[in-house]
Amino acid sequence: MRKILSLAAALAAGLVLAGGVGTQAQAQEKLKVGFVYIGPVGDFGWTYQHDQGRKAIEKEFGDKVETTYVENVPEGPDAERVIEQLARAGNKLIFTTSFGYMEPTLKVAKRHPKVMFEHATGYKRDKNVSTYNSKFHEGRYILGQIAAKTSKTGTIGYIASFPIPEVISGINSLMLGAQSVNPDAKVKIVWVNSWFDPAKEADAAKALIDQGADVISQHTDSPAAMQAAEARGVKAFGQASDMIAFGPKAQLTSIVDNWSPYYIKRVKDVLDGTWTSTDTWAGMGDGEVVMAPYTNMPDDVKAMAEATEAKIKSGELNPFKGPIYNQDGKLVVKEGEVLPNGDILSMNWYVKGIDDKVPGK
Amino acid sequence: MLDAAILGAVLASIVAAATILLLASLGELVAERAGTLNLGVEGMMIVGAAVGYATAYGSGSLILGTIAAVLAGAALSLVFAGLAIWLAANQVASGLATTILGLGIAGLIGSPFVGTRLDAAPALYIPGLSDLPLIGRVVFGQDAFVYLSLILLGVVAYGLARTRTGLVLRAVGESHVAAHALGHPVRKIRTLAVMFGGACAGLAGAQLSLSYTPFWASDMTAGRGWIALALVVFSAWKPMWLLAGAYLFGAVSILQLHVQGFGLGIPSQLLSALPYLATVGALVVISALKRGQGAPASLGVPFVPDR
Repeated sequence: MRKILSLAAALAAGLVLAGGVGTQAQAQEKLKVGFVYIGPVGDFGWTYQHDQGRKAIEKEFGDKVETTYVENVPEGPDAERVIEQLARAGNKLIFTTSFGYMEPTLKVAKRHPKVMFEHATGYKRDKNVSTYNSKFHEGRYILGQIAAKTSKTGTIGYIASFPIPEVISGINSLMLGAQSVNPDAKVKIVWVNSWFDPAKEADAAKALIDQGADVISQHTDSPAAMQAAEARGVKAFGQASDMIAFGPKAQLTSIVDNWSPYYIKRVKDVLDGTWTSTDTWAGMGDGEVVMAPYTNMPDDVKAMAEATEAKIKSGELNPFKGPIYNQDGKLVVKEGEVLPNGDILSMNWYVKGIDDKVPGK
Repeated sequence: MLDAAILGAVLASIVAAATILLLASLGELVAERAGTLNLGVEGMMIVGAAVGYATAYGSGSLILGTIAAVLAGAALSLVFAGLAIWLAANQVASGLATTILGLGIAGLIGSPFVGTRLDAAPALYIPGLSDLPLIGRVVFGQDAFVYLSLILLGVVAYGLARTRTGLVLRAVGESHVAAHALGHPVRKIRTLAVMFGGACAGLAGAQLSLSYTPFWASDMTAGRGWIALALVVFSAWKPMWLLAGAYLFGAVSILQLHVQGFGLGIPSQLLSALPYLATVGALVVISALKRGQGAPASLGVPFVPDR
């Protein structure tokens, strides 16, 4: 009896294997594209926007591509397993969309030299590994200008996630924008030490409002702060997605991550056979950082925001153009110079006027 | 720096933050007093949040949403009950499975609602009383979840200590063999206690997605179920200490945000850890003062009746 059972099991396993090979052979004509996400596609933030990019690929290329995604993949050994599986399943282009996937991506890429990898927000590359990121800080400069113009108390609230360069350069860019229209502008910063905890983000927004901030900016992923601002009758900026539905009277604008142009371009490169390993740090001019419509503000503020947006897009304005002083009053960027990209990507100091310490320093 | 109106608003935030934890941990306390350790709180909470939101969004009724959330939490708890009580499976593993299952189901139920929002559950407003300085909004200006949590606390505290039902439930938790010998249906009682826990966790989820942050996002409970679980242990399974623990945790977690806003230069990582440190510290001290009040003796032990 046992023998028959094991025979049946072996037969079944064989059938499954054959089936697997069959589908793979059929799928050969299509380009298979895989995505690894840090959060759920339903976060309405970072991962949600990457998934919009994936959908844009499907829409653009139709039958020529087949996309797969794996969500909620923790950074670390689990990531390597997932990326390896995607590579073995025949994906020829794999996007890994979180900073912590850097080493796992490189490791798997070594084992699969014919598969092309795209790692978001990292800085290490290989023959078949590209990196890409967006200049979100460009958008934050505009937020700073709008906030300084609209705030009645002169205090801008800032909900920050983790003290990493991307977040710190965002705070600095916002402050420089604010100072460009009101030299006495103040930023109050609350660190929630989380990318995604809606209730805590709402609590942080309420705390900032209670302390006199009347424009709330955030570098966390959920629309909770926007909703809290709406309920308390103050203004706010959305993050990652257009959050106007959550703050019809509160939202001034949102910084929207738009990965679609990059994703479509890279898939096209693979289809055309022109893909090479590159390092892309695109911004507003490339359509990767998009400002949601300017709402709930006077016409002159809107005109100012639009003018600044046009200048950033054309390259006429760089948020990190000197003179820039740090908190100790030391001149960091001289007049007429701009901070090099590498210094922005490793920023761990505040500009003058910010009344906070960089955590851990 | 803080006038009465602001202080009132801060206190109101603290009460709301504490209520989620109180609701979820009260239910778990009852389940644990009956001898079952259900680690599925986080899962039952998120399913409550998702089902509550979906129902409220579809029907336009927050009350229906809340009822649906309570039922959903209780329904998911039956998965745990079936495995851990009726099949006598390992309770830790069954509870973890319930949480993982709950997170998955909730993501599935909630996916059509990503990017939508609701109007928050209305706060109570009594002309005159709610306008009182300082305590007006805190005592007379909360939403129904806050009052419900306090009523539930009273019912649980009284029920466990003073009623026959409570006595039987505790007996089952202390010694299921003795309770069984006396003719009490151990597994039925435990199932009901676990369902009560699920219902409370579902209610906590509803507070989150209907009142606190009235929208749906996957994983929006962000670990609050685990904090609720820890509070039960640290409160030494006493409802009133649970109240103290939940409010202390809520208070420190809100106040640390204010401390940061004042820019006192204390590292934010330390401040973020403060609610945990303060709660653990305080509850350890109170448990140490009243020694011999440990866990229910049969907690976590599966019961298999010998005929």
